Amino acid sequence: MNEQWETVIGLEIHTQLATKSKIFSGAATAYGAAPNTQACAVDLGLPGVLPVLNKEAVRMAVKFGMAIEAEIAPYSVFARKNYFYPDLPKGYQISQFELPIVGAGHLDIEIDGTSKRIGITRAHLEEDAGKSLHENFHGLTGIDLNRAGTPLLEIVSEPDMRSAKEAVAYMKKLHELVRYLGISDGNMQEGSFRCDANVSVRPKGQKQFGTRAEIKNINSFKFVEKAINYEIDRQIELIESGGKMIQETRLYDSVKDETRSMRSKEEANDYRYFPDPDLLPVVVNEEFKAQVKSTLPELPHARKQRFKQQYLLDEESAALLTSSRQLADYFEAVIKESGCEARLCANWVTGDLSAALNKAGLDIIDTPVSHERLAGLLVRIADNSISGKIAKQVFEEMWKNAATADEIIAAKGLRQISDTGAIETIIDKIIAENPDQVEQYRSGKDKVFGFFVGQVMKEMHGKANPGEVNKMLKAKLADSHLKTKG
Amino acid sequence: MHNKTIADLAKGLRSGEFSSLELTLAFINRIKQYSQLNCYITVTEELAVQAARAADDRLAAGNANLLTGIPIAQKDIFCTEGVKTSCGSRILDNFIAPYSATTVEKFTKSGAVMLGKLNMDEFAMGSSNETSYYGAVKNPWDMTAVPGGSSGGSAAAVAARLTAGATGTDTGGSIRQPAALCGVTGLKPTYGRVSRYGMIAYASSLDQGGPMARSAEDAAIMLQTMAGFDEKDSTSVDLPVPDYKQGLDNRIEGLKIGLPKEFFSEGLNSAVASTIETAVDEYRKLGAQITEISMPNLKLAIPAYYVIAPAECSANLSRFDGVRYGYRCQNPADLTDLYTRSRGEAFGREVKRRILIGTYALSAGYYDAYYIKAQKVRRLISEDFKNALTKVDVIMGPVTPTTAFGIGEKIGNPIEMYLSDFYTIAINLAGVPAMSIPAGFVNGKPVGLQIIGNYFAEDRLLNIAHQYQQVTDWHLQIPKGFE
Repeated sequence: MNEQWETVIGLEIHTQLATKSKIFSGAATAYGAAPNTQACAVDLGLPGVLPVLNKEAVRMAVKFGMAIEAEIAPYSVFARKNYFYPDLPKGYQISQFELPIVGAGHLDIEIDGTSKRIGITRAHLEEDAGKSLHENFHGLTGIDLNRAGTPLLEIVSEPDMRSAKEAVAYMKKLHELVRYLGISDGNMQEGSFRCDANVSVRPKGQKQFGTRAEIKNINSFKFVEKAINYEIDRQIELIESGGKMIQETRLYDSVKDETRSMRSKEEANDYRYFPDPDLLPVVVNEEFKAQVKSTLPELPHARKQRFKQQYLLDEESAALLTSSRQLADYFEAVIKESGCEARLCANWVTGDLSAALNKAGLDIIDTPVSHERLAGLLVRIADNSISGKIAKQVFEEMWKNAATADEIIAAKGLRQISDTGAIETIIDKIIAENPDQVEQYRSGKDKVFGFFVGQVMKEMHGKANPGEVNKMLKAKLADSHLKTKG
Repeated sequence: MHNKTIADLAKGLRSGEFSSLELTLAFINRIKQYSQLNCYITVTEELAVQAARAADDRLAAGNANLLTGIPIAQKDIFCTEGVKTSCGSRILDNFIAPYSATTVEKFTKSGAVMLGKLNMDEFAMGSSNETSYYGAVKNPWDMTAVPGGSSGGSAAAVAARLTAGATGTDTGGSIRQPAALCGVTGLKPTYGRVSRYGMIAYASSLDQGGPMARSAEDAAIMLQTMAGFDEKDSTSVDLPVPDYKQGLDNRIEGLKIGLPKEFFSEGLNSAVASTIETAVDEYRKLGAQITEISMPNLKLAIPAYYVIAPAECSANLSRFDGVRYGYRCQNPADLTDLYTRSRGEAFGREVKRRILIGTYALSAGYYDAYYIKAQKVRRLISEDFKNALTKVDVIMGPVTPTTAFGIGEKIGNPIEMYLSDFYTIAINLAGVPAMSIPAGFVNGKPVGLQIIGNYFAEDRLLNIAHQYQQVTDWHLQIPKGFE
């Protein structure tokens, strides 16, 4: 990073709200349907149709506002944003302009172990447009209006970020939050969470902002980082070589890893916003707010703190476990179900389970091992029925089929042997068969002890209770020593 | 039987004097016979015959209501499933609506028989019916005169007995002005009383559908079906609908009528003025108290309207882009060409004029000076009405400054045309309900009396109009040649 320049970044994030139907019509919002099969008369912009606001979208926006400790507007207004485009059926997008539903709030991010507060200017509700399809139409363009009318929450940050790393941290934090709140699936491949980045540079110490460029529609964390870093370098280079920044909209090309000019400010549309006369102002009263508040889940930061205190987890494990609401819920369900120590549960959820999920490319909600089944396994570790090593083997089986830990342990005969008589017999046998090693141990070579443990375990197919083996083996070896001496 | 009111037709259908089918065919024949009036854009003969047969069955089964079997017609601004819905425009000349407006559905459910779709000014923009793509409608009282607009086809068809009743829409006077010029009874309800769903939008915050008929009683019967909350229209109001017929016979002794002095100033034709004064005298005889009132902001209504209505229409008409339905130009070279030629070729002059005015008024740098200012004026005008209506029960005045003017007389001078809507426009800005009822003739052409009431006081208006129609027969006059 260049020492003389400071970067200023603000993000506008469009997150698709997880309502069942569209924001102004009853059509479904499910992704991936055949073109134009999820577009009703209202979505098609037929003559005479009228929008009716989906209350669920309002509820979700308010929920978000509360989570970022923002002011919730008691009175907000939908406006028409006018422009012509083939996938915009009405020739205007219904959005919010002067009076958004969510006012100023904030989100705290962590950068290199220190916390930084990022201001959120506002968040407003709007409808998405359709999609233009340019392939397979023989030089013509096809229009798919399935997405038209899908509810979006546009979250606008303050220009508070100073590096691409901070921008990504903010975006990730926001992504985690909307999923935590259950207001968005956050699916970036499907466009449920996309970002416009406003980037400018200024000489260090200067108060005034530099001229910014807006990079449109970036849909992955990786690309946001790359696009911003490219843009920072481009701007510094431009200014240092005597050029002048112009305010413009740019597109990020992930293949070439560069941003390209789309249109300048002069070419920008005059959207001619005005209040939509088809919709009444949105009134959010105290009762509605109280109702939404009662549905607010424990938020990630608070939950992490609680995990550290209540379960005595270290920062890293607590952060990992609270990175998604579903994972944290799963973890707590395992504790509740098994009654085992939190440490053991945390180790398994962040360890073997997470590793298996990662390997299979699955999310916690799609885990083949339910919290009940994992709990069943942990109970058997805790009561010494199986060793940790055998447990890994049982877990692998559980991943592949629907059996419980007990069923697998029984079927494969994996129950740990704590029967001292059985262990004693084996130990006596091993000691008798290996006089050389006994001799070495006696002469003070403690390392040989491991050899005996290994032999016993091998003989007992790993099922012997290791604590018991250790204890008895020590006693036996000492005993045989005495015997010889005597 | 075509001269009977809806109320009398309902009796005739029940007494077996005639069937709905006979009645329907009689109207269909008249529509064909008087096609030179150009009232209808589409005649739905087959559907009407089907509906009439179903209505006769329903009447026989005894589960009919007052509109069952009654032939009515829809202004072509209301979407009708499976039937062309043009809105008087070339851009929708090929548009077959795939759904029906709430109002249309309500009439269908009540068993009314739809005869067809009525001519209108293009997208309801006009005061003379001359802006229609389908040509001007003629006034049955004077075939060289306009019927008024934008619901000109509706008014002329009711006056000429080409339907028993018709729907209209009123954004700045489009029900009341043609009702006045054609000598029929028209009611613009309170904004929000009648659903706008399926009614093609001109200016959404002003548009309101209402009945046009031969008497206040008929208007009451029609409004009973049209009024009510609709969950598909967020601006419709969830208030109970009173029984409009029940209150018609209430006495109006002691009624307080206000006459705004601004309504009786230099723009008003003196013969029209004296006709209105005579009508007001009739109310005095019925026991009403008349007082002069003042509504100082009325003079701002036309400029405010011609910012707000065009602003809203400029967005409302953006959907007519040649992409999904309606007119598309031949061989578009690219997207811009598709837009500009489709819209350029298919919109008429008045529509383009208003889209341009509205686009300008909403543009960056002008928005505050025009749109915001106009909204402030609108509030002042609403206050004028609210204040006046605390002192008086209703406001009365003329509907139009003159009787029907000649076809071609004003179409070249939009400003003069706009100014002729002075008496009606302020009512839409305030959102209050108002009626036009026949109150006499000047040189053989009808004059309308306007009655303006408080929000949701349609029942009161209908009562007041009905009482007048009990002691006068202006509403029963038939234009010569249409007996």
